[in-house]
Amino acid sequence: MEFINQIINGLSTGSMYALVAIGYTMVYGIAKMINFAHGEIIMVGSYIAYVCLAFYGLPIPAAIIISMALTACLGIVTEKVAYKPLRGKGSLDILITAIGVSYLLQNIFLLLFSSSGRTFPNIIPAGNVNVGGLSATYITVITLVVTFICTGLLLLFINKTKIGKAMRAVSEDRQAAQLMGININTTISLTFAIGSGLGAIAGIIYGCKFSLINPYIGAMLGIKAFIAAVMGGIGSVPGAMAGGLMLGVAESLTISYISSDFSDAVVFGILIFVLLVKPAGLFGKNVREKV
Amino acid sequence: MVKKILKSKTLGGFGLCIAVFIILNVLMMTKVLNSYWRGVAIVCCINIILAVSLNLATGYLGQLTLGHAGFMSVGAYTSAILSIHLGLKTSQSPVIFILCLLAGAIMATLIGLLIGIPILRLRGDYLCIATLAFNEIIRVVFVNLEITNGSKGLIGIPYMTNFLYVYIFMAITIYVVYALVNSRHGRAIISIREDEIASELAGIPVTYYKILAFVVSAFFAGLAGGLYAHYMTIIMPSTFDYNKSVEILVMVVLGGMGSLPGSIIAALLLTLIPELLIQFSQYRMLIYAIVLIAAMILKGSGAGERILSKLPFRKTKRIEVSGNE
Repeated sequence: MEFINQIINGLSTGSMYALVAIGYTMVYGIAKMINFAHGEIIMVGSYIAYVCLAFYGLPIPAAIIISMALTACLGIVTEKVAYKPLRGKGSLDILITAIGVSYLLQNIFLLLFSSSGRTFPNIIPAGNVNVGGLSATYITVITLVVTFICTGLLLLFINKTKIGKAMRAVSEDRQAAQLMGININTTISLTFAIGSGLGAIAGIIYGCKFSLINPYIGAMLGIKAFIAAVMGGIGSVPGAMAGGLMLGVAESLTISYISSDFSDAVVFGILIFVLLVKPAGLFGKNVREKV
Repeated sequence: MVKKILKSKTLGGFGLCIAVFIILNVLMMTKVLNSYWRGVAIVCCINIILAVSLNLATGYLGQLTLGHAGFMSVGAYTSAILSIHLGLKTSQSPVIFILCLLAGAIMATLIGLLIGIPILRLRGDYLCIATLAFNEIIRVVFVNLEITNGSKGLIGIPYMTNFLYVYIFMAITIYVVYALVNSRHGRAIISIREDEIASELAGIPVTYYKILAFVVSAFFAGLAGGLYAHYMTIIMPSTFDYNKSVEILVMVVLGGMGSLPGSIIAALLLTLIPELLIQFSQYRMLIYAIVLIAAMILKGSGAGERILSKLPFRKTKRIEVSGNE
């Protein structure tokens, strides 16, 4: 029973990683760049929700919607200002710019809120759901449910709507998509908006889970989520989901059965193992090199 | 003919190197540069070693790696533990110091070999994230080892690194990388960057040269780590996290991939800018971030290229490491 409980905990943490990883993977698929600032966008999302709830006392749904809307705007603005001028200039330049954006956001929030943590308001009541010997906290269950709903909606959006089709086309071949009359700029902006909006949800979940937020929370969360995205095969939404869940479970099992000191090492070790066995990730397509 | 030009260039570089050293030394002796700025100069030299060595793996070989700080930490810890146990603090022997540094560098090389053989099969962004993962694994191992005193940090490392040592090691690093890149082996390394399949078809042992460049780069990172440890006298695993790797990569990218003068200038600038901004302490990182973004966008627009192309002995043209082919 203990073992199954740990797996449930892991799935819950993992689904938070998955939400962030989806942002990475979508941006990578369409803009072909590692958005290193994505972790910071999550941090911004949780701070916006914190301000709405603690300073203005807004109702919870309003805080969530405002946080998602503002981070989506932030995502679009960073893309327009920092990444667009470098589009097609080689992924390394954009990578460094993204790192610059991440430092920038981190330091703006350090100046605004100082480095000491803020207590995130309790929006999800403490308590356990008990089902036949298994018990999980509300937040664990809610995280899982929210993630599955979000991913399901996102998959429907990508696979069924016209805009989703445009997104798939851009990720397949940008130039050909442009020739078919797809507006690349709108599609990329939309991708950033969706990724960042999901990031805001992840940020709020983080706040509820750990009840303490500081300007540095995005960094490690971002790296782990990125690892989840790579593990699942970067560019694939189901892959990001699977990668995130795997990572969460591995982390939770390591913490409870081996040692919490080594959980990060185990996570990174799994990543390297997966990459060595399947270099394109679990769900990634193996693109054959052409001469 | 070509050899002669190369030789005169090497000589010119050597002369420049000595001239800069003499000028800096005179400035230090006459106290124009106080002990604070001497420290900054030492950090500058260490960062130049790091940037130049990473440029070999990322700029010339074209492999995007984010684990340079990991190798640096291996060198730092190995040499520091050795020098503490060999009682360098009391003996102050330069020979033992250099041997400790070399031991650290060799240890970093071995770790580089161990890591490089499996993961250099990966490409682009996958290689980037795998090296980052190794960086973090090395850090976690140092946090949990008994001998490194965990996350509290290793203290009591003898203070041995002075400006002379770092300057000489920096000059050696630049020379070795320059000589390597301009040799037959260097041309093989650059050809791998340009087109891996074509080089393989031309009979270049691709795996061998990839690992060679990676391992040489790890060696100098380890050396820089040893120098750093004996300058700071206290090292913590958190110093060598992925942020440090990113910092070094930024120097290489900003200076231009595959450009030694570029790496040197970028390393100098990126070490000096935060120092010059020290009175704005809380806005320092903010300004740094803005400068970084602006510099990358300007560089993308070709402004930096035009300035850098006027510099002497800048031979290789700008290249990109693309990870999504």
